Amino acid sequence: MKNLRPGSLKASGYLAIIPVVLSVFAIVAAAPAVAVGAFRMARSVVSGDLQVSGASSQAGGGFQASGQTPDQQPPAPAPQQPSEVAVVISGDPGTPPRYAIPDFVALNPEAAEAAKTVAQVLWDDFTFEREFYLIPRDTYASIPVARSPDQIAFSAWNELGADAVLFGTVRKTGDMVRVEIRLFNVRTRQPVFGKEYTGTDSNPRLYAHTIADEIHQQQRALRGVARTKLAFSSDRNRERVAGSVENRDVKEIYISDYDGANSRRITTNRQLNLTPVWAPDARSIAYTSYRRGYPDLFIAMIYQGLQQEPTKGGTQNWLPMFSPDGTRIVFTSSREGNPELYIINRDGSGLRRLTNHPAIDTSPTWSPTGTQIAFTSDRAGQPQIYIVGADGLNLRRLTTAESYADRPTWSPAPFNEIAFAARTGPGYDIKIYDLATGMTRQITFGEGSNESPAYAPNGRHLAFTSTRTGRTNIFTIGRDGRGVRQVTRDGNNFTPSWSN
Amino acid sequence: MRAYHLVIVIAILLTAAGCSRRKPPVAQPVPPPAAAPPATAAAPPPPPVRVEEALPVPAEPVGEDSIGGRSLDELNRNSPFKPVFFDLDSAELDDPGRAIVGGNAELLKKYSAWVITVEGHADERGTAEYNLALGERRAVAVKTYLISLGVAPDRVRTVSYGKEFPFDPGHNEAAWSKNRRAHFVITSK
Repeated sequence: MKNLRPGSLKASGYLAIIPVVLSVFAIVAAAPAVAVGAFRMARSVVSGDLQVSGASSQAGGGFQASGQTPDQQPPAPAPQQPSEVAVVISGDPGTPPRYAIPDFVALNPEAAEAAKTVAQVLWDDFTFEREFYLIPRDTYASIPVARSPDQIAFSAWNELGADAVLFGTVRKTGDMVRVEIRLFNVRTRQPVFGKEYTGTDSNPRLYAHTIADEIHQQQRALRGVARTKLAFSSDRNRERVAGSVENRDVKEIYISDYDGANSRRITTNRQLNLTPVWAPDARSIAYTSYRRGYPDLFIAMIYQGLQQEPTKGGTQNWLPMFSPDGTRIVFTSSREGNPELYIINRDGSGLRRLTNHPAIDTSPTWSPTGTQIAFTSDRAGQPQIYIVGADGLNLRRLTTAESYADRPTWSPAPFNEIAFAARTGPGYDIKIYDLATGMTRQITFGEGSNESPAYAPNGRHLAFTSTRTGRTNIFTIGRDGRGVRQVTRDGNNFTPSWSN
Repeated sequence: MRAYHLVIVIAILLTAAGCSRRKPPVAQPVPPPAAAPPATAAAPPPPPVRVEEALPVPAEPVGEDSIGGRSLDELNRNSPFKPVFFDLDSAELDDPGRAIVGGNAELLKKYSAWVITVEGHADERGTAEYNLALGERRAVAVKTYLISLGVAPDRVRTVSYGKEFPFDPGHNEAAWSKNRRAHFVITSK
């Protein structure tokens, strides 16, 4: 390992630099589906910091660390490996590593607010994944905040029992922000992660989300979700449906960060817009819209302001769901008189019918491999969850102990389970069916009515709707039922979908 | 000249009919004479005396078109169609439901230019997703029965709103029973 003296930021070669280009999109006025402001990240340089990132992959535990490609690795790696295992900071056996996250240093007064935001959001992001134990801030109020890495009071941190301490600075120049972050192993006093991010000051939260995702990846080999987004339907703009004599509130499609921040409106047609679902590339949203007076499928390409209509109008179609590769959409349609499932290619070709039963078949979801589809049918009297092959064969019933079950959502790998809403009283609760064991577990317990579960892309969390606070709002929860967080607070909000 | 008067008289009558129809509870008790309404529209003109004379010619159409002459919004606001109600989790028409659809079918035959949309609604006790399908089944059940009664299929569209647009926002059976319905909307005439 090279001599990594902290403090010589600009000269040291270990600092990987990721310029984060933040560009706010202009709204494309002509496009019916309004383009939303969004951030685009351009990674120009990612050098393997410390040149030993390969070593971290094995120690991370859990998943395969696909993101840690040791690019530019020197041709003779073998002799270096053994001495550099300290890249991954571990805690005491069986316990999560203990992280200290002191205030970020504002290098100039203008940066104070951004520094505060980045530190707070990073704290929230770490709390969300529960991979680290975050040492409560008040216990280290007496430890002076280091203004530079060589001021870090390692012995004090060690005394406090910290395994890792974070050092971050924020500088603001005009409307540009530069965030530097270094993660130190308290025992070795060596930095294990160091990066610099620059971009505009329009969304400081994104720096924190990026740092959280990258530290989770490097330290835990975990695909974090801090930069993912939610799509949902909401009546928050309180407009009335045009052209009806009834007092009917419109619902429009919105997106927000996974934690509810930065919400943006996607549709503006003053009708019902329901059940948005992200395409796997997280750049398009398919949804059900009543803009023509009946439900039909639309796809909003949110960063281009373009719109697609895969079903081309004229018949009743609703509840779209993208296949895992994004090429196909399964949906419900009554085009032949009764609600059945159909599959169509995203470009509108290749329509075919998947189910054929005089009862209701609806609420389809793809398996992660795209070979099976779970859905709801009332062919046995009450709505229950079924599975059918994407070829329409091998139909079987999944839920047998529920009085009413709907909105199955298939988890991403490595989990193999299906979440759904089950009637548990006057309302609903979220339950999860484990396909390996056939066992069902419940993760919400009668706090309001809980519906419409949707998995996070790493499978560790679900978003769902709940009436527990009075109105209907989006919440997130761990797949173990812990860590409930309220995501939306404005109006009523429905049918969340979680982006990749 | 006579025809001109006639037109005025009819116009006044129509306005009067429209006015009194819109606010019956408030307007009725105050004036003693039943023929008073024109006075509110315009005080001076004496011609209204000839009302009885003029009526015979267009009598039936005017009387009947208290419905046919109204705008779409007016019609839908005070609809001549009756809604059909359903049991919980059911899209089956029961006998009272059939009777209501039958009455609505008669109206459709009478006003043969009308095109309607049957909206299927569900109460809040089902899930949002499933209720979209349930509402659709309710609307389709009504359409199917209308067709069996001789209404042309292309005059009836269906749309399901699931539990998105409750008619009664309450959270009890009284509200729910109102929200499990097929609701008729006239979309063109």
